Amino acid sequence: MSDDVTPGATPPEEKTPGHGAPDQGNEPHEHSGPVVDTLEEIPMGGVPEPGPSDDEARAAAANQLTDLPDHGEHRDEHGGHATTTGLSNNKMAMWLFLGSECLLFGGLISTYMLYRGRHSGSIGPDQIYDIPFTSVSSFVLLMSSLTMVLAVSSVARGDLRNTKLWLVITALLGATFLGGQIHEFTTFYREGLGYTTSLFSSSFYTLTGFHGVHVTLGIVMLLTLLALSFAGRIPTERAETVEIVGLYWHFVDVVWILIFTVVYLIP
Amino acid sequence: MSDTTIETHEHHGLGETAGHDAHPSDKHYIIIALWLALLTALETSTYYIDGLDENTPLLLAVLLPMMVIKFVMVAWFFMHLKSDSRLFAQVFAGGLVLAVTVYVIVLATFHFF
Repeated sequence: MSDDVTPGATPPEEKTPGHGAPDQGNEPHEHSGPVVDTLEEIPMGGVPEPGPSDDEARAAAANQLTDLPDHGEHRDEHGGHATTTGLSNNKMAMWLFLGSECLLFGGLISTYMLYRGRHSGSIGPDQIYDIPFTSVSSFVLLMSSLTMVLAVSSVARGDLRNTKLWLVITALLGATFLGGQIHEFTTFYREGLGYTTSLFSSSFYTLTGFHGVHVTLGIVMLLTLLALSFAGRIPTERAETVEIVGLYWHFVDVVWILIFTVVYLIP
Repeated sequence: MSDTTIETHEHHGLGETAGHDAHPSDKHYIIIALWLALLTALETSTYYIDGLDENTPLLLAVLLPMMVIKFVMVAWFFMHLKSDSRLFAQVFAGGLVLAVTVYVIVLATFHFF
């Protein structure tokens, strides 16, 4: 019901039984003004104040209805949920998730920074990192962000053929990065840097391993999108699904931008 | 539903809010990626400059701004924070600022600086 029409704001002469308490000093059944005989005569939202016309009151009530919370039953013309913020709930959920992921990776990066010097004579970061190799890996992941955004752009245009192409390339680039990380881990292990060798190695493997897991999940999402698109289940109006996966993928990229500088390049 | 709510999904189904800027074109994305590649190349080149690794403050002064620029470019353009609702940017920035604050305090507690 409309909050604009309150019993206290209604003039005494327009009050009706059942709509709020009677005015002080007046008898409850005294009607000095016009009387509403039937319930049908009372408009939705109560009796309007004198002044605004009925049309204006209805418009105000309609505006308030659009502000009511949506419980998922109502869908707009594209099948997405209409929301009180006017923004996609799915997208908002992804952004909230990414905001919380900042705390996860912040913790892992901080731990690495604290322990990077704790290798007590065993292999340390300066002796083991292969910067040229990691630079190429970083470049590959960076370019996968480009191909991902091109996939989002393509699906928004309704170009499903190019969407599939860019999604495949993104997944391949992600897999290349992941292959590079596996190669790096294997090399380090063969050189004697196990997970429990030192605090440095533990924090390094945990940080980069967690990032690798995120890349793996991203690849799984991309492959799922591909499967859906081949099944014809990603029409243009569901382009937001591709964009949400894209947000996750770009986040994985920005985290690597931090890791590459903080872990590999700063001595 | 009302026009207000329908507008949310009108633009290519991407959940954009009406009144916000359009996303960049593919050409712009490629240009942005080229800048990112250039910055990565510049970052990597610091590894090959003799003596720079011994001068940590100078190295930090060179690397950290480049890292921040790359981060912002990806978030701003590729993640569409530039053209999407400010609320998304605020949610993400909230998590980021909270993380930086908490972990700077943690590092300070452990006498990292």
